[in-house]
Amino acid sequence: MKSAVIVFPGLNRDRDMIAALTQISGKAPATVWHQDAEIPDVDLIVIPGGFSYGDYLRCGAIAARSPIMDAVRAKAASGVNILGVCNGFQILIEAGLLPGALMRNMSLKFVCRDVKLEVTNADTDFTRGYSQGQVINCPVAHHDGNYFADSETITQLEDNGQVAFRYAENTNPNGSINDIAGILNTKKNVLGLMPHPENLIEAAHGGTDGRALFSGLLGRAA
Amino acid sequence: MTHQNNIAITPKLVADHGLKSEEFDKIVALIGRQPTYTELGIFSAMWNEHCSYKSSKKWLKTLPTSGPRVIQGPGENAGVVDIGDGQAVVFKMESHNHPSYIEPYQGAGTGMGGILRDVFTMGARPVAAMNALRFGAPDHEKTRHLVSGVVAGIGGYANAFGVPTVGGEVEFDARYNGNNLVNAFAAGLADTDKIFYSTAKGVGLPVVYLGAKTGRDGVGGATMASAEFGDDIEEKRPTVQVGDPFTEKRLLEACLELMATGAVIAIQDMGAAGLTCSAVEMGAKGDLGVELNLDLVPVRETEMTPYEMMLSESQERMLMVLHPDKEAEARAVFVKWELDFATVGKTTDDLRFRVLWQGEEVANLPIKELDDEAPEYDRPWTPPKAPAPLAATDIPQSDVADAVLALVGGHQIASRRWVYEQYDTLIQGNSLQRPGGDAGVIRVDGHKTKALAFTSDVNPRYCEADPYEGGKQAVAEAWRNLTATGADPLAATDNLNFGNPERPEIMGQLVHAIKGIGEACTALDFPIVSGNVSLYNETNGKGILPTPTIGGVGLIPDWGKMARTGFAQAGDLILLFGAPPAWGTHLSQSIYMRDLHDRRDGPPPPVDLAHERRTGDFVRNLIRAGRATAVHDLSDGGLAIGLAEMSIASGIGAKIAQARRR
Repeated sequence: MKSAVIVFPGLNRDRDMIAALTQISGKAPATVWHQDAEIPDVDLIVIPGGFSYGDYLRCGAIAARSPIMDAVRAKAASGVNILGVCNGFQILIEAGLLPGALMRNMSLKFVCRDVKLEVTNADTDFTRGYSQGQVINCPVAHHDGNYFADSETITQLEDNGQVAFRYAENTNPNGSINDIAGILNTKKNVLGLMPHPENLIEAAHGGTDGRALFSGLLGRAA
Repeated sequence: MTHQNNIAITPKLVADHGLKSEEFDKIVALIGRQPTYTELGIFSAMWNEHCSYKSSKKWLKTLPTSGPRVIQGPGENAGVVDIGDGQAVVFKMESHNHPSYIEPYQGAGTGMGGILRDVFTMGARPVAAMNALRFGAPDHEKTRHLVSGVVAGIGGYANAFGVPTVGGEVEFDARYNGNNLVNAFAAGLADTDKIFYSTAKGVGLPVVYLGAKTGRDGVGGATMASAEFGDDIEEKRPTVQVGDPFTEKRLLEACLELMATGAVIAIQDMGAAGLTCSAVEMGAKGDLGVELNLDLVPVRETEMTPYEMMLSESQERMLMVLHPDKEAEARAVFVKWELDFATVGKTTDDLRFRVLWQGEEVANLPIKELDDEAPEYDRPWTPPKAPAPLAATDIPQSDVADAVLALVGGHQIASRRWVYEQYDTLIQGNSLQRPGGDAGVIRVDGHKTKALAFTSDVNPRYCEADPYEGGKQAVAEAWRNLTATGADPLAATDNLNFGNPERPEIMGQLVHAIKGIGEACTALDFPIVSGNVSLYNETNGKGILPTPTIGGVGLIPDWGKMARTGFAQAGDLILLFGAPPAWGTHLSQSIYMRDLHDRRDGPPPPVDLAHERRTGDFVRNLIRAGRATAVHDLSDGGLAIGLAEMSIASGIGAKIAQARRR
């Protein structure tokens, strides 16, 4: 299983993501610089977290309009799995690959803490390492993770099983609607989520609950 | 456009530059003529308290700064300490007090930016940050505004830059009402054979400007930071810089990439006093002259004068001396990261600092003298008077449970989670102990077992009551907090925050605190490898509590054998180590006395350094042997609060009996 990580200037969890993919798949992902025109032939494309272009405009807005995103869109259309974490999620939304918006946290503050996530749909390439309804630990670290969409979109997301993860046990850190932490596109090959599973994959992190997301995707046992 | 360099140098102008008339006379004697306006600005930048350490140098020289592991002590951008396996930890703590009071978000953010730059200037990738914050009384009208701005500013910078905040301090006391303290710490990892220094070498080599463009922000910032605050504080807002962590992050990646090519001979970040300080330091240290052509400096505003360009403190900028044959390769790296790269001058053999602008020489000064001949004062000081001990009968009694509850809920002891949750504490994936314990701990990336511990400590109440004992205590507590995780304390950085040194009683505090720090560092083999002095922390003549913050760094050989604050399991035995019974208890200067009984009299507890060391070594061995499952140092609130914190951290209670002595 081959993977690629897209790197925009200002991203800062690219190294964390590369470390996680390398550790779990046993193979370092290809890194694709934002000015590159092409993405190599891989099974998984990841847009990691950070502050692309400083996030001085709406988070992810500039990265979403950079040329490499055309290649990401083409890969998504051809069925390649695309994962966006944190800023990566914001970029996928700004790029139109996922619906809705990520607003400033309800507290108006950056928040970094451990939360509980419920696996709302375990029947996808991304979540098959978990069981339906399983509650896992996962850290968050963001300023703009308050997911919102109009009621029609929310109904559609809920009815189609496009909500992949939900904040559980009253740990919603940002006020997002329906406690949504991560969503899928209709074809379920694009996942965006605010929490950081890549920061919970080994004993040193205080737990390994994030591992199954990658091992499921990469087709290897955790 | 007016030709700004011809402005008449009047006594008022000299005073406005923070220079005393005798200092100005020294300048005239040194250069044999009146300085130009630009030259006056350059002198004020180099000779202010912030850059020259003119009041503290005499005393700083007494601190122990070397040791078997020390690769670089004070005098560079940061200290460097060997951690084995060809790696070093590079760290420093620095204040941004004055700017953070004027403009909390940008002031604190650029403080964080500055200290991160100090670390990666030396070739180290930043891996941990801390911040020690002190604000006025919680109910003071400015406190809420300052706290929210400072915390958001630090988070806004460090989170975007991508360094985990692993520890720090937040305290409140009415003595900081008019002058908060923001002390930022950063540490990075580098290979011992790839450390970069600021000493320029070689004549005729290109001096290259890197990073962000120069604007008018922060002009005269270092001079502002070397004066007391008055009622005109709002007018000083333009002296505060504006931070851009996005550019800093790109600058980090570009610098590390450039350093790997072997193109860099010398590097200095543009911090306080910007272009002036960085160019002069690189030349003076290398016994070289420097010629700068300001027409080549990338600017973001039009019609900037040479004075403004030389004194701008625009952030995210670097100056380098490069191998001329690698200039093209170096430029390509900066073009990739979309940063400015401009050759703005060259090194010379005439030991002059020459600045050209529009074909004219606007400054021509002796470079060594600018740096080395800065005034150095032996300011008069009066020894602080040791307070009389309180009689045992003078200690007010309270119900223990009531007192513990009141303290746990009080502003001194209460959890700081509401602060540190605004910082990214786990980015980079190496955080083993996040804030809230005795010390933050991160893995050494790429090593199977090694980890580094970080702590920041000082008890300003103790320092006010007895600066000498307070100085000792600050070092001992840092050493103890590192030990409590199982780390070998390696070295420390000091950030000395005091009032106006021209007042003998303040100078006396500084002198005694440094004596205490020095004695403790010597006794504990815990050298000071970097630091910063922030004086004039006064508003309208009222000084802060003396606050010599100590940032400590320790090495854990195997993080599998590391102690945490929280109890590990029910049924474990709790032991109290330390003071022998004959010492009795000590309550003056405690939080119990200050917060529950409004008493600030009496001496702080004395520190027995030999005993500290024996106790610490013993506890560390217990941790390494796997016999201690949880360890916590006792400080504010003593045993009662120590136990409460161990319980709260773990959700496991404790049953305490009168100690059985053996």
